[in-house]
Amino acid sequence: MLFADSGLNLGQALLDGLGMGMLFALVALGYTMVYGIVELINFAHGDLFMLGTFFALTLLAALGLTGSGLAEAGTGKLVVAFVLMILTVPVFCAGLNWAVDFVVYKPLRNAPKLAPLVSAIGVSFVFMGIGLFWNYLVPENGQKVPAAADRNFPNLLPDRNLIEGTGYRLTVKDAMVLGITLPIMVALTLFVRYTSLGKAMRATAQNPTAARLMGINVDRVIGSTFVLGGGLAGVASVVYALYVNTISYQVGFQNGLYAFTAAVLGGIGNIPGAVLGGVLIGLIRSVGSATIGERWTSALVFAILIVILVFRPTGLLGARTREKV
Amino acid sequence: MTALRRLPLDLIAVGLLALYPLIPGLAEAADKLCKCTLGAELTTLFIMAVLALGLNVVVGYTGLLHLGIAAFFGIGAYTVGILLVPVYPFKLGSALPAGSGVLVAVLAAAAGAALVSVVTAAPLLRLRGDYLALVTLGFGEVARFALRNLEEITNGTKGLNPIPQPDVPGLQGDWSRDYQYFFYLTLGVLFLTLVLLRNLERSRLGRAWVALREDELAAGCMGLNTAKLKLMAFALGGGLAGLAGGLFALRLGSTADPDTYSFQRSITVLCCLILGGLGNRAGVLLGVFLVLGFDNILAPAVDRTIQEQNLNPGGSPFLAFSSYRLILFGLALILVMRFRPEGLLPSNRVRAELHEGEETPAGKGA
Repeated sequence: MLFADSGLNLGQALLDGLGMGMLFALVALGYTMVYGIVELINFAHGDLFMLGTFFALTLLAALGLTGSGLAEAGTGKLVVAFVLMILTVPVFCAGLNWAVDFVVYKPLRNAPKLAPLVSAIGVSFVFMGIGLFWNYLVPENGQKVPAAADRNFPNLLPDRNLIEGTGYRLTVKDAMVLGITLPIMVALTLFVRYTSLGKAMRATAQNPTAARLMGINVDRVIGSTFVLGGGLAGVASVVYALYVNTISYQVGFQNGLYAFTAAVLGGIGNIPGAVLGGVLIGLIRSVGSATIGERWTSALVFAILIVILVFRPTGLLGARTREKV
Repeated sequence: MTALRRLPLDLIAVGLLALYPLIPGLAEAADKLCKCTLGAELTTLFIMAVLALGLNVVVGYTGLLHLGIAAFFGIGAYTVGILLVPVYPFKLGSALPAGSGVLVAVLAAAAGAALVSVVTAAPLLRLRGDYLALVTLGFGEVARFALRNLEEITNGTKGLNPIPQPDVPGLQGDWSRDYQYFFYLTLGVLFLTLVLLRNLERSRLGRAWVALREDELAAGCMGLNTAKLKLMAFALGGGLAGLAGGLFALRLGSTADPDTYSFQRSITVLCCLILGGLGNRAGVLLGVFLVLGFDNILAPAVDRTIQEQNLNPGGSPFLAFSSYRLILFGLALILVMRFRPEGLLPSNRVRAELHEGEETPAGKGA
């Protein structure tokens, strides 16, 4: 047995990986849906996620829940804060994503493919710069913090184990991640499959010109894809901030990279593929850090990605398309 | 304007830069203005220009989006490190006579990076554009983590050092004090690289690369061996990046922290290409000087002035010029893509392609 002598609890590693994987999947969906429709690797998506975490932090600061305020707050106030965050942060991210599409990407729809990609890198830089200033503008315990410093995100949820006695650990936080991400995944799958907007999205992804001929307002479909992707990134940012409790202007880069990897691993443009990719990356990371050590996990994720792409050049669930002439 | 376009702007620029230390008083005045040793900063830009020209072979000429060039830069740096530092048995600096050890080490860095580039690219040739981009990105990250974690070989985050300075007969000065040695060494390498690429562009290979960029399928149908051409591009691109990395480590006297060779560097170099003008040597130089000149020279100079005048006693990032770096940089990219997607100094061919069919706006008839 590979894991027997290392004393590894494989079940626990899988459980840990599932939560993180679901988070990556939420972010990955934003990449994959946009890519499926406009063939744009939206490099700014991870940084949108980062701005979401800062929006959540600002909200908590406004409610007086950062720093020492947290200890005095009652359960009722915490619940209100939680509900407020999970409702407003996705709206903020969705709106921002839509606005960026409208201002930056939309004029470039007929430009060569590199143009929107580079613009997305530009937007990513701008977002990171904004995150840097934002971090400075939200004081901690009345003190200004250095702009580039890591920030503690208020620990609203207890670390209590919910399944004590079974030998496994599933904390309140893990339960929150699963309880929020799983229903969203199901809802999204149903949305894309059965609603008319979802069908329009799939049609546009398949062939924008044909979709337009069928009377689909392609521009509106693309816009709503950005809104949906941004909203999912917003949910993910709240869940991430509550789960990991550390944010900085750079969290978008690393997590965006994982999410993007997840999207490609599953076959970019493919919605179930993004979920599969996200969960796989979460599992690879947790099993990896339990076996070969934390510091090698990132390298392991990318190495597995390379190997999978060598044998399945369009990802795990991606369709093999013949080059059009 | 057309006559201007025909001039070898890149070589003229290099020639003018060679005069910089020679004009009496210029260096002193420039140093005072930027509050740094401008000549030393320019040396870094020359090294980065070689790196950018390497990336330009892959992205600009051949049209393969590569997001992990920094890995090869790093491989070059560590090759030089391993061949020269005292803790390894090679110690080429003193083992070979008359400074040739350094030359061998730098060439080995280029060759090693080229080899790794070809070997890693070979299984990936059938990947389509964006997937290839991601795999190169992934490889870059794997390489960075490997450099950081293989502490027995790379000395982890501390990097390999000290790399002894070149010991060339007749040039007995202190290479680390007087910037002029490395200034001319790197400028010379940059010049040779430019001449090499200039000739390559006009050769059979260079034209084949452009054909591949324009239409891979058509190029294949015309009898070009697309796989071989791509590998040649990866070899040359990786090799130039390795060469730049070797020079970088040699000048720094250390391989530096592995994070020097991260995705951020790959992206920055790619942005230099795109801002300056993809596929055009003079454009690449312009991009490197604008982007890295801003990063390495202008922003620190303004910040030092702010500090000296004590304008920012509270350390607020709003009053530090370098905090605007990311935003300015991002806006520049967005605006260039919106209004001048071919870059500031494009090659004629790329320019023609990007403005193709502009008389009949696309989308109107469709």
